[in-house]
Amino acid sequence: MDANLRRTIILDNYQNPMHKGLVNDDGYIRIRTNNESCIDDLTILIKVVNGRIEDIRFDGEACAISTSATSIMIRNFIGKNYEEAKSLLEQYEAMIDEKPYDEEKLNELVVYEEIYKQPNRKKCALLPFRAIHQILDDPSLFEK
Amino acid sequence: MNREDFPIFKEPLIYFDNGATTMKPQCVIDALVDYYSNYTANAHRGDYDNSLKVDILYEGVRGKVRQLIDAPDASEVVFTKGTTESLNLVVFGFMKDHLNPGDEVLITKSEHASNVLPWMELEKEKGIVIKYIPLDEENKVTMENVQASLSPRTKVISIAHVTNVIGDIRPVQAIGQLCKEKGIYFVVDGAQSVPHMKVSVQEMKADFLAFSGHKMVGPTGVGVLWGRKELLEETKPLCYGGGMNTTFESTGEFELKEVPTKFDAGTPPIAEVIGLGEAIDYIMAIGLDKIHAHEQELKRYLLKRLEEVPKVIVYNKTTEGAIVAFNIEGVFSQDTAVYLNHYHICVRAGNHCAKILKDELKVKNTCRISFYFYNTKEEVDELIRVLKDAEHIFDVVL
Repeated sequence: MDANLRRTIILDNYQNPMHKGLVNDDGYIRIRTNNESCIDDLTILIKVVNGRIEDIRFDGEACAISTSATSIMIRNFIGKNYEEAKSLLEQYEAMIDEKPYDEEKLNELVVYEEIYKQPNRKKCALLPFRAIHQILDDPSLFEK
Repeated sequence: MNREDFPIFKEPLIYFDNGATTMKPQCVIDALVDYYSNYTANAHRGDYDNSLKVDILYEGVRGKVRQLIDAPDASEVVFTKGTTESLNLVVFGFMKDHLNPGDEVLITKSEHASNVLPWMELEKEKGIVIKYIPLDEENKVTMENVQASLSPRTKVISIAHVTNVIGDIRPVQAIGQLCKEKGIYFVVDGAQSVPHMKVSVQEMKADFLAFSGHKMVGPTGVGVLWGRKELLEETKPLCYGGGMNTTFESTGEFELKEVPTKFDAGTPPIAEVIGLGEAIDYIMAIGLDKIHAHEQELKRYLLKRLEEVPKVIVYNKTTEGAIVAFNIEGVFSQDTAVYLNHYHICVRAGNHCAKILKDELKVKNTCRISFYFYNTKEEVDELIRVLKDAEHIFDVVL
């Protein structure tokens, strides 16, 4: 992807992130992600209904990479069922880890394709995805 | 000043994270290498030449520390891993047996985690009560607020001499005097003061002082707890084993050595202690007053030059320590730090282990510049140049 386009997408998602702000609704699973360097601190809410991710919301303070990655993650994971979410997550993590991946499947998430060049920021790009991991760890959520 | 003594500065590097750790001069590196190359032996053992030399050098460092902090006696100097272990030794080795449920410990919200969490754990274990001395509008500790925080149950005041996020220098002499009058234990975290200014445990009337070697051009893995002799005699070691006992029997009886050797269980960090001695000689030769004056001048210069940069918010303009906490408006502190890193400028971003200061500062994360004597005005100029260009920050970091 062209570097300027990549930067524009990241910046746009950082400055105007999707679904920022939490809701008070017991139907959401609440996940708090703290970066090891103890700076980024995001709370992510995920609602799974009828086997699909119906909504994701977040709030907190984090860097441009973490915040934009959360926004783009939200855009791309809403509507996914268990298998689709699992597959997308695997593709994304493969890309971050410099392993083979399918660019087509990743959509906008490819904006982080060169994050490996800044190893200290890989964890920022992976941070919000811990929330996806957490719901995938409990497949029964998708069976309700 | 003295930059030529530091091999790391042969490469381009603007190091502004001295509150975290400091660079090492060649003489300190040489002292470590010399021990490993030429006279390796354990301490407190054996009758051969090298072991005797190790003993003399190792024990001699207690005398250097005594001089550095103006302690009455070298035997009051305990070697630890660093400030954190020193404070843990105070809390769990001494306070645990000398405080009762309901006794109050006064700290502040700008303390480092190492002066908060041990007390929180003791609060759980023992039912002591932590109270916070309110900070004034500049986040400083005033005597009025200390006085107002006292109650008949106040047994300890435990605070940093200089705090690590905003760099305010606390009125330790007045607090120490008050503690003496009221029979309150006074514990001082000297991690950010001992490396940067003259510190006298006698003038501040402290009961305990903790600090680290690596923040004062010494090696990692070694620090100091100084305590008044009679208190150290009543302090239990956190660690038991060889080198610290005089006798033990299968019946379960044992006796410990005297202070300070009873705190030296196992093989101590010998090379590091000897390196610390070298570091103390080095900074004392420069002069702590000179170091302090240089840092204050750098801080004044930086604050003045930061006025030229729009959108920079400084959180601690009025504090005296060699620390400046700032943010660029609308930019997350970590992004600023990553941006500066592109120009080989090292600053720390985050909450600096003072996670409850956010209640007072109204901001969770900042970028922190912390100076040492080897920093220069030219480095500040380069920082200002890069910050002035910060409108392009996302072209650089993304």
